[in-house]
Amino acid sequence: MNTSPFFIKPTPLQVVMFKVAAALVPAIVVYAWSFGIGILVQIALATATALATEAFCLKLRGYPIKPFVTDGSAIVTAWLMALSFPPLAPWWMIVVAAALSISLAKHMYGGLGQNTFNPAMVGFAIMIVSFPAQMSRWAAPLGVAPQSMDWSAQLSWIFSGQLPAGLTFDAVASATPLDTVKTQLMQHASMSNIFHEPLFGMIGGVGTEWITAAYLLGGLYLLWQKLIPWQIPVTFLAVLGGMAGIFHLVDPTHYTSPMFHWFSGAAMLGAFFIVTDPVTGPTTPLGRVIFAALIGLLTYLIRVFGGYPDGVAFAVLIMNLAAPFIDQYTQPAVFGRKGKQKNAGAKS
Amino acid sequence: MNARAELANNFFPFHGGVHPPEHKNESTGTPIVAGPIPKQLVVPLHQSIGNIAKSLVAVGDLVLKGQMIAAADGSVSAAVHAPTSGKVVAVGPQLVPHPSGLLEHCITIESDGEDRWIERNRFDWRNADGRAIRDYLRDMGVVGLGGAVFPSHLKIGGAKEGLDTLVINAAECEPFITCDDMLMRERAVQIVEGIKIVQQLLQARQVLIGVEDNKPEAVDAMRAAIAVCEFPIQVVVVPTLYPSGGAKQLIKLLTNKEVPSGVRSTDLGVQCFNVATIYTIYRAMEHAEPVISRVVTLTGNVERPGNVEALIGTPIDDLLAFAGNKADSDAYIYGGPMMGFEIPGTDVGLSKAGNCIIAKSGALFPPKPVEMPCIRCGKCADACPAELQPMDLYWFGKSKNFGKAQERNLFDCIECGACAYVCPSNIQLVDYFRFSKSEIWSAEKLKKSADQARERHEFRIFREEREKREKAERLAAKAAQKHDAAAASSDPADAERAAKIKAAMERAAAKKVEAAAAQAGADPLTPVDPDAVSVPVSEAVAAPAPEPVVSQLDPEKAERIRLAMEKRAAEKAALDALSPEEKAARDAEKKAKIEAAMAAAAARKAEKAAAQAQQDKSE
Repeated sequence: MNTSPFFIKPTPLQVVMFKVAAALVPAIVVYAWSFGIGILVQIALATATALATEAFCLKLRGYPIKPFVTDGSAIVTAWLMALSFPPLAPWWMIVVAAALSISLAKHMYGGLGQNTFNPAMVGFAIMIVSFPAQMSRWAAPLGVAPQSMDWSAQLSWIFSGQLPAGLTFDAVASATPLDTVKTQLMQHASMSNIFHEPLFGMIGGVGTEWITAAYLLGGLYLLWQKLIPWQIPVTFLAVLGGMAGIFHLVDPTHYTSPMFHWFSGAAMLGAFFIVTDPVTGPTTPLGRVIFAALIGLLTYLIRVFGGYPDGVAFAVLIMNLAAPFIDQYTQPAVFGRKGKQKNAGAKS
Repeated sequence: MNARAELANNFFPFHGGVHPPEHKNESTGTPIVAGPIPKQLVVPLHQSIGNIAKSLVAVGDLVLKGQMIAAADGSVSAAVHAPTSGKVVAVGPQLVPHPSGLLEHCITIESDGEDRWIERNRFDWRNADGRAIRDYLRDMGVVGLGGAVFPSHLKIGGAKEGLDTLVINAAECEPFITCDDMLMRERAVQIVEGIKIVQQLLQARQVLIGVEDNKPEAVDAMRAAIAVCEFPIQVVVVPTLYPSGGAKQLIKLLTNKEVPSGVRSTDLGVQCFNVATIYTIYRAMEHAEPVISRVVTLTGNVERPGNVEALIGTPIDDLLAFAGNKADSDAYIYGGPMMGFEIPGTDVGLSKAGNCIIAKSGALFPPKPVEMPCIRCGKCADACPAELQPMDLYWFGKSKNFGKAQERNLFDCIECGACAYVCPSNIQLVDYFRFSKSEIWSAEKLKKSADQARERHEFRIFREEREKREKAERLAAKAAQKHDAAAASSDPADAERAAKIKAAMERAAAKKVEAAAAQAGADPLTPVDPDAVSVPVSEAVAAPAPEPVVSQLDPEKAERIRLAMEKRAAEKAALDALSPEEKAARDAEKKAKIEAAMAAAAARKAEKAAAQAQQDKSE
């Protein structure tokens, strides 16, 4: 028998997921524009693998395949992971990562909604820990590299590791802006010299800054659609920028500005698409703020003092562990139980 | 803008809430019409929360319109009246409008079509005391018509120094329902009269009427009726947001006071009445009319949606036929779409709680999509007016971790369904909460009955011990008597010994009395430690202590001991005089008394809890 409420608001899960994916589209377009076709290949590979793994796992677990494969969650995971991968990484890496993230990080925990860790970040972290060399081979933005790589060369490199005659990978690759700053500072280069390199644009890296701006745009769309709580991106970016600001003010020759931190690496992607993953984060209003703040803090610490150029993935994974604990201790007071009763005051 | 104008629409929003499609216009196009007088009326006797009313008629009796056919049973109950004149053709269990589909007591009346009133005597409420007014309302069957059917007389009186705020619930936040809206549009003057009566009875210092802003005509009608009223009554227009009509939500909206669960709003100086209830109070007080009809919205998949003043007990079939039910209706919702339920059959009679009947069709209410996993998006928490974390409660309910759910205030859930309405995964969250609640209730019931069994068992052990002890005491007393007799006959040394024995026995008795006193202080049902009482007895018999003596006891204590011993002896004598059958009967009687007392206590507790729960629910 049907029970009340007999009405529901028609906003199915699929719509939520596809809106999130749609919010990523501007960034993907800018990405492909500035770095070439590689990113599209990575996204395609990740999506296909993720869906296949999802279907396989559902079958193994005896779940209905169609509603779950089409719920859009695997696609979002695949896209987020592909976007954090080097666009010219060999094809098998993203395939392995996508398969592991769906099977290991999602279905081994019980599937959609049950996972402790952000699946996209798990896939990324496994690969960067296991294959640090391959995972740091980033492509240079088109036009910045000494030699450019056309789409066929990119495909050939991703799928066979072969480059056309006369082209070496070193000539088309480059470190990311975050990485460059970190290594150059270690070699005692001055900040102004570092930023004079052609890799750097107005505030971040050439191309990168526009991609992150597109993430910001997508994020604003998600906020407008009320699909993510504003407290998370605001807190995360505030803490990351605040940390950067304090250090930058104290010693501008060694620490880059908040703007650079916001528009480099995975800061914007993380702020709007990864830290906001509802499944693996706290749900209480205060808990979300604490969670995002600590991720911002950890991201800055890993970026500046840690062993990796970017810190979003590890910061998120570490804080995923703390999410249930944060939830436990930040339960809001319910109706009528808020410490002191507010008084009505005179009304007439 | 001056301060008064600002205050006129001053409200304090509550957290959460949703705005489902209203579907109100369908049924507001026509005025309220009188419903049909059906051939047969099935009047449920359970017309209020609390006890089922006691039938006063038998099959074959002729009844008149407005005649009391069932009397209130206990304080949390209300009387039931014949909605029209006719003949009682059945008294017994029938299907009633309740989601369970269980049968309940009903009185079936075959109407004679004459609709003849019983003689009515006007009640002089202005010169009656509180008790009389409450009894009168109870006997007029006045209950909350918002759907909760809480007996109104329980809300009148009690507040001796006067009530701070009287809130009139005219929010009518559920989609589809328009009966209160239409009642206000057409009978605002009578409603205001009713408000004045209740205001006077409660000595309320201010009256606030809460109406959602989707009822401008009702607001105008009420304001016009109030304009000629000497007592200041304020109509507060609140935004259309479900569940504004929940009593607690409305009280928050109008007074900014949050009534916590388990607390009565009167404790915060607020009392809330549904606007339709106020109307029936007016009819009862000024026209001696019991509640035998109500305005019900007939809407949904029907030809002529509208509002009907229908007799209580009118079969839903007749009402649907009256409104022109369409062929493709597949089910019928009793109440609103957010909190109502599907009726188990259309032959059930309309009850006082029946504010709306919605004929369902696939087009109007498409089947709900498949439930997907919860992604903890928190939309439910954003929508929850009780400010709970429904996704967590869902998780606890699903994993049967009910203790945790209770810890997270599961029982603060008002089951409004806002969470399920917004859930993108189409999870029927409320069902999980209803399930969790019922599991907790049944576990508590089980525990209670286990406790009772344990107590019965412990009492039996206690009784057996006591019988054993008493037997030993009897034997000891006999032995002592023999000894005394022997002592009296022989030399002074023996006499001295006898005195010692007596002293020892008195000491033992004193100890026993103390032990008994201590026992009486404790739970009377816990078993007595047999050693504590029986040891001194054996001591007295076996080892006459050499120590002295009666004179050392202080006289007052000695007197107490003597009295206690005398009483004990008398009891024993009485007990000895009984035959074994009588003894058994006496024990059984005692046990029955204890059980009855326990049952009565449990019933009182349950009644109190039910009353509380009902009052907590929406008006």
